Amino acid sequence: MHIIESGNVAAAIGVKLSRTQVIAAYPITPQTPLTEKLSEFVELGELDAQYIPVESEHSALAVCIAASSTGARAFTGTSANGLLYMSEQIHWAAGARLPIVMCVVNRGIGAPWTVWNDHQDSISQRDNGWIQIYANDHQQIIDSVIKAFFLAEKVSIPVMVCYDGYILSHTYMPFEIPDQSKVDEFLPKFSPNYALHPDEPANLNSVTFPDVRNDIRGNLAPGYMEIRHMLHRDMREAIGEIDEIDKRYLKIFGRGGTPFVEGYKNEDAAFIAVCLGSLSYRLRDVVDTLRQEGINVGVVSIHVYRPFPEKEVVCAFKKAKKVIVFEKALSYGNEGALYADIKSALYSCEERPLVQNYILGIGGREIKTDDLYNTLKDSCTIHKSSICQPKWIGLKM
Amino acid sequence: MRKDIIEIRWHGRGGQGAVTAAKIVANAAFNVGYRGVLMMPTFGTERRGAPVVTFLKLSKEKIYDISPIEKPDMVVVLDHLIIEEVSIIDDIKPGGFLIVNTPKPVEAYKYNGLKVAVADVTKIACEAGLQNGIVNSGIIGAFAKASGLVDIEALVEAIKYEFKERKPIENALAASLTYDKTVIGDK
Repeated sequence: MHIIESGNVAAAIGVKLSRTQVIAAYPITPQTPLTEKLSEFVELGELDAQYIPVESEHSALAVCIAASSTGARAFTGTSANGLLYMSEQIHWAAGARLPIVMCVVNRGIGAPWTVWNDHQDSISQRDNGWIQIYANDHQQIIDSVIKAFFLAEKVSIPVMVCYDGYILSHTYMPFEIPDQSKVDEFLPKFSPNYALHPDEPANLNSVTFPDVRNDIRGNLAPGYMEIRHMLHRDMREAIGEIDEIDKRYLKIFGRGGTPFVEGYKNEDAAFIAVCLGSLSYRLRDVVDTLRQEGINVGVVSIHVYRPFPEKEVVCAFKKAKKVIVFEKALSYGNEGALYADIKSALYSCEERPLVQNYILGIGGREIKTDDLYNTLKDSCTIHKSSICQPKWIGLKM
Repeated sequence: MRKDIIEIRWHGRGGQGAVTAAKIVANAAFNVGYRGVLMMPTFGTERRGAPVVTFLKLSKEKIYDISPIEKPDMVVVLDHLIIEEVSIIDDIKPGGFLIVNTPKPVEAYKYNGLKVAVADVTKIACEAGLQNGIVNSGIIGAFAKASGLVDIEALVEAIKYEFKERKPIENALAASLTYDKTVIGDK
């Protein structure tokens, strides 16, 4: 069934269809309607879950960590400073290998205070051991949430599903709601290998020494470094799982086929624009206009940002002479994080395309279609051999 | 960029229901076969009574460009006084449509190259049995008549559905009465 609703409602329906058992969240713009919708589902009895109101985002994730430790399917959502406020628990959830799913409704970070969209919030949480998925539209939001639970529980790594604040969260568009029976077939009940229980109290994730040592049964127990290495190894192996999950989802629901990168007219393109999120869809129309003018250009969006799927990314740039990275975030004092990752992925290629970086839309600065068109056109026609610092689009001072 | 997308900007006051009106049109348009339907409220700090803007894009094909409308094909105004408060005429495309809820005659609105449609939705809605000031269902009738984009029948169905717990018959009647009484000016 299709409905026309907002991106936040798409996410909430995904959480409901996933039969989430515990939800703990603290409202923050532009995530608020997501949590409101979920509390409404619980209140109406449409979702058999515990909705636990909390006094902060830190507590929200702490509740999810506790719930997930007991084997419950747990969900939270936040934005911007709310995400940063839970940062300590974000690292904890990953280290504890808890399959929590969190929606990050992307918003710029204060100071100065802003409620509008950019990607600095989730990008700043890049290195905390969570899988990061970026959605381009409402269909991808609802599908990604359902897939995220399966993925998280399969690899025991928490997953962030990120989508653009306001641009997606508050915009209405049609999307299909998957049948509950099919979702149940796709996503069985969560049954973890280990779950904390009041009958068997345990001390989890206590001080772990730098070196390995024998546990009380005389078995060699991993040290901190082994545990962290396993997280990294399993994160890398999750790439294979993401591929499998996408294939299975495609078979059941008829949607998918581009789990890592989603290209548009990129197969033969000499110039390829790259970005995260809804901007990549917007760039399709710009690409079409430039193609009519004879410019051989395409666009690629990155769905999975962590683990970084460098093979698939490099593959999407097969014929590219130049890759143009548009980013709504940056590593201050250096360059865009995605730009750095893409350059790194391309480094081992024999023939490397030029890579250029543009920063735009920071704190919700309006992205003008003319600016996108002119920037991409210039970038496709002006060739410089060395490109270093990112250029900013739309700066007025 | 794409020529097939019809861009409609809705102007109302915070609390007047412009977003709901655009949402109703979005649903009706989807139901009659528009695959590309996008409705964006403006973002930030809305206050009751202050001028607010909502964007609606319609196309037979999926719409990928989620961005505010820069040059609308049509502008729908729920309160004619807003025209005097904020600049809303200048960026309408040449040959575009201005659709206004106003007690004034259509001759009162002369803009070079623009088509104008007027209806006294405030008055008509009262005749339909709605409380004074409820205009977001009625204005849809004016939109239907002026634009010809979506059949009034489909819109009336969408209105009844949206207002199923709040006077569905009266809201539907406001739209169909307004449809009949909308006056389209000579270009």
